[in-house]
Amino acid sequence: MQNHFPVWKNILVLLVFGIGIIYSLPNLYGDDPSVQVSSTIAAAISQEQANQVEADIKTMGIPAKAFEFKDGKILARFTNTDDQLKVADQLRDKMGSNYTVALNLAPTTPAWLRSLGAQAMYLGLDLRGGVHFLLEVDMDAAVKQAEDRYIDDVRLSLRNAKLHYQSVAKDSGFIKVALKSVDDKAALLTLLDKEFHSLEITEPEAQEQVWLKFSEKEAREIKKFAVAQNMTTLRNRVNELGVAEPVIQQQGENRIMVQLPGVQDTTRAKEILGTTATLEYRLVDVEHDVQQAIGGHVPVGSRLYYDRSGAPILLDRRVIVTGDQIVDAASGQDEDGRPSVNISLNGVGASKMAKTTQVSVGKPMAVVFIEYKVETKTVNGEKIRHKEKVEKVINVATIQGVFSKRFQTTGLDSPQEARNLSLLLRAGALAAPVDIVEERTVGPSLGQDNINKGMLSFVVGFLLVVLFMAVYYKLFGMIANFALAFNVVIVVAILSMLQATLTLPGIAGIILTVGMSVDANVLIFERVKEEIKNGITPQAAIFLGYDKAFATILDSHFTNLVVAVVLFAFGTGSVKGFAVTLIIGILSSMFTAITGTRMVINWIYGTRRVEKLSI
Amino acid sequence: MKTTNINFIGNRNIALIFSGILMVISIGSLAVRGLQMGIDFTGGTLIEVGYQKAADLNVLRNTLDTQGFDDATVQNFGTAKDVLIRLKPHEGISSVDLSAKVLEAINKTTAEPASVRRVEFVGPQVGDDLAEDGFLALLYSTIAILVYIAWRFEWKFSTGAILATVHDVVVTLGLFSILGLEFDLTVLAAVLALIGYSLNDTIVVYDRIRENFRALRNKTTEEVMNISVNVTLSRTIMTSLTVILVLVSLFFLGGEIIHNFSIVLLFGVFFGTYSSIFIASPMALMLGISAEDLMIPVKEGEVMDDRP
Repeated sequence: MQNHFPVWKNILVLLVFGIGIIYSLPNLYGDDPSVQVSSTIAAAISQEQANQVEADIKTMGIPAKAFEFKDGKILARFTNTDDQLKVADQLRDKMGSNYTVALNLAPTTPAWLRSLGAQAMYLGLDLRGGVHFLLEVDMDAAVKQAEDRYIDDVRLSLRNAKLHYQSVAKDSGFIKVALKSVDDKAALLTLLDKEFHSLEITEPEAQEQVWLKFSEKEAREIKKFAVAQNMTTLRNRVNELGVAEPVIQQQGENRIMVQLPGVQDTTRAKEILGTTATLEYRLVDVEHDVQQAIGGHVPVGSRLYYDRSGAPILLDRRVIVTGDQIVDAASGQDEDGRPSVNISLNGVGASKMAKTTQVSVGKPMAVVFIEYKVETKTVNGEKIRHKEKVEKVINVATIQGVFSKRFQTTGLDSPQEARNLSLLLRAGALAAPVDIVEERTVGPSLGQDNINKGMLSFVVGFLLVVLFMAVYYKLFGMIANFALAFNVVIVVAILSMLQATLTLPGIAGIILTVGMSVDANVLIFERVKEEIKNGITPQAAIFLGYDKAFATILDSHFTNLVVAVVLFAFGTGSVKGFAVTLIIGILSSMFTAITGTRMVINWIYGTRRVEKLSI
Repeated sequence: MKTTNINFIGNRNIALIFSGILMVISIGSLAVRGLQMGIDFTGGTLIEVGYQKAADLNVLRNTLDTQGFDDATVQNFGTAKDVLIRLKPHEGISSVDLSAKVLEAINKTTAEPASVRRVEFVGPQVGDDLAEDGFLALLYSTIAILVYIAWRFEWKFSTGAILATVHDVVVTLGLFSILGLEFDLTVLAAVLALIGYSLNDTIVVYDRIRENFRALRNKTTEEVMNISVNVTLSRTIMTSLTVILVLVSLFFLGGEIIHNFSIVLLFGVFFGTYSSIFIASPMALMLGISAEDLMIPVKEGEVMDDRP
């Protein structure tokens, strides 16, 4: 029997179909407007706090659809956006700055589907609304900053080694060191070799000079660090915005992509992303009483600060080290396995730190985080931009010994707190400036509009094709239509499984796939018709039709696939979304249009004598 | 559909002259008028705002003019209630403030505040990069296909297929240039999809020619080609029709943003179908294709054995 599938093939097709249906199902369920609360500090949200929040929402008199507490995050679902916004506003006031209160669209996928890992497709910004920024890190500035840092360090080392120099200055891409006496040159070279091996040494004709330059590797490191540092800073800032699913990704060598779904107030988003931060190390004033200072009697040499929980603290007016002197901060563990943060300072910072710690062992030292926020406020109908300086004490630690360039902060409550502190320290270190080089904002109404229009044109396009195929190819056409629907289910299921981003061009890609995926069936059916015309029996015609059309389908679909892959490789943003749906559509249509239709045709015609085909 | 017997190849000169004229007009328009590049490639700012009632474009234009945005173009987008404002990259004002300033300016004069539907800002450098990536995508896909078809078929087919595809792309872009439609990233994606579609169509015809070269040994190259184009004709038209059906749906219902995308593909599918019937095969013929080019290579020893 030519037109008979082995059992395994039938099972395979049905299995793929079943899996396709299960994993595309979540897309039929909608979203709940919801409020998500998460902690920005070390301590995660406890069950008691979650209960408290639940009670708070109840007292607001707004009915929550559901209340969930999982992985340290609270999720409250509501029936409409009004309720959601009201609760979010009130919670924001109540929770304070240690918590992020974010608006979110929580999928209503039932538990049994979620337990299978089935999720709805991830909608792109053009469908859900939000902002997309592309930021470019100013690499020249990053290199310049590094050069300045090295110049300070070299000067300091020369001084410490008692080598007298005429000048250490930047000139035509080099850091040029000019000594007072040629006799010191050998000592200088040894010093450079010992302390600055990341710099390449050139010896010019002038005997008393040595020229320094970053090695290729060092220059790359500097650039890499500049991007990494900016990304950590951005992550911190985005947390403040209260975005449920932010995306922060490096793009190319020097660009950072930030996507903030659901954010509408772009002015505020830009302000927060553009905030500049720095930090200061200060000694804690332990001699005076904090309570008196709150009452207005701040001692002359001190200033009153507050920490993140709002507790007051008195600090010395003199700054030990500022953020631009921090070279790196990394969280880790000390010898005893306790969470710690390792900090490296540059030369200037190191000598200042050494001077202070020499006389202050046993005293507490505080880190103050300073942000300059730009805020636009409306006063009497006029928009006024003003810069606000926000200072917060983020850490207090006791000086255990004399240290300078490298030191460690311990006594932190958890690894998470260590990580946060290192993030903040890095955020406060002087980062290379960034520019917004691309911005795309989509309002929520347009996003919904795009979804609706995409859906409508999909449904209409689909029905037109179905009608056309049924009229022209009769029963065979209906079988092709079944394969077509099967194809759409698989495309949606794969998109959902991959959590690939669905964009408006992506929807257009699915629609286009609907039009093109019947091509394989048209090829086969035309071939079957041809064979029948040549006087071959219906059974043999089916067999030969599929057989002969196969090579053609393979060749023609493959060229299409090549183009789609190239499009994926070079496309950006929404265009990539189009390429993804096209690629998946082409591949799955080959399966559905060839194997899927064949299975059904075999069921109908395969086991009996056939006089005439309904084609 | 009955199998037709139209002498496509014999009358190839008519199609070639027609295509030649189309190409000349298209290239002429592309050279003189050029393509109206969108901000994706030129850089600049685009703001789409919506109003409850039909917007008065003149008021908006005057406002922007007097507020120092004299390079702004203002036009309706889809409906009379939606307005699209385009601005060239501004030197003095940072991109961050530009859209906010424009909105502030227009909200002063209109009774009803505009609701922002979308804002797009593309820096000149990003625009250049996107244009470069787009050009590279076109180049690499062309090369990849050339290689693939040369491997699967033969270089004359490969060249013929590429020429037919270039024809489709140039004519589609030419129409875009003549109609003054905006060329942006989505349109570029559509052009690439069109390349894929047009090739797909051509390959089906070539595939049949190859098969018939082997099956119909006593026919001339021209006859084989004619038969092949005719037997695949109903398939070519059927597939184009289904694609056109979905594109028409997308064009009318998909909204303004996807409009130019569907136009490219509609043009493209039309010309792609035309070229795979009328252009692709004559091209291969003119490059000197013959049955020998596609014979399955036979080992030398076996040829000897065949002789009596």
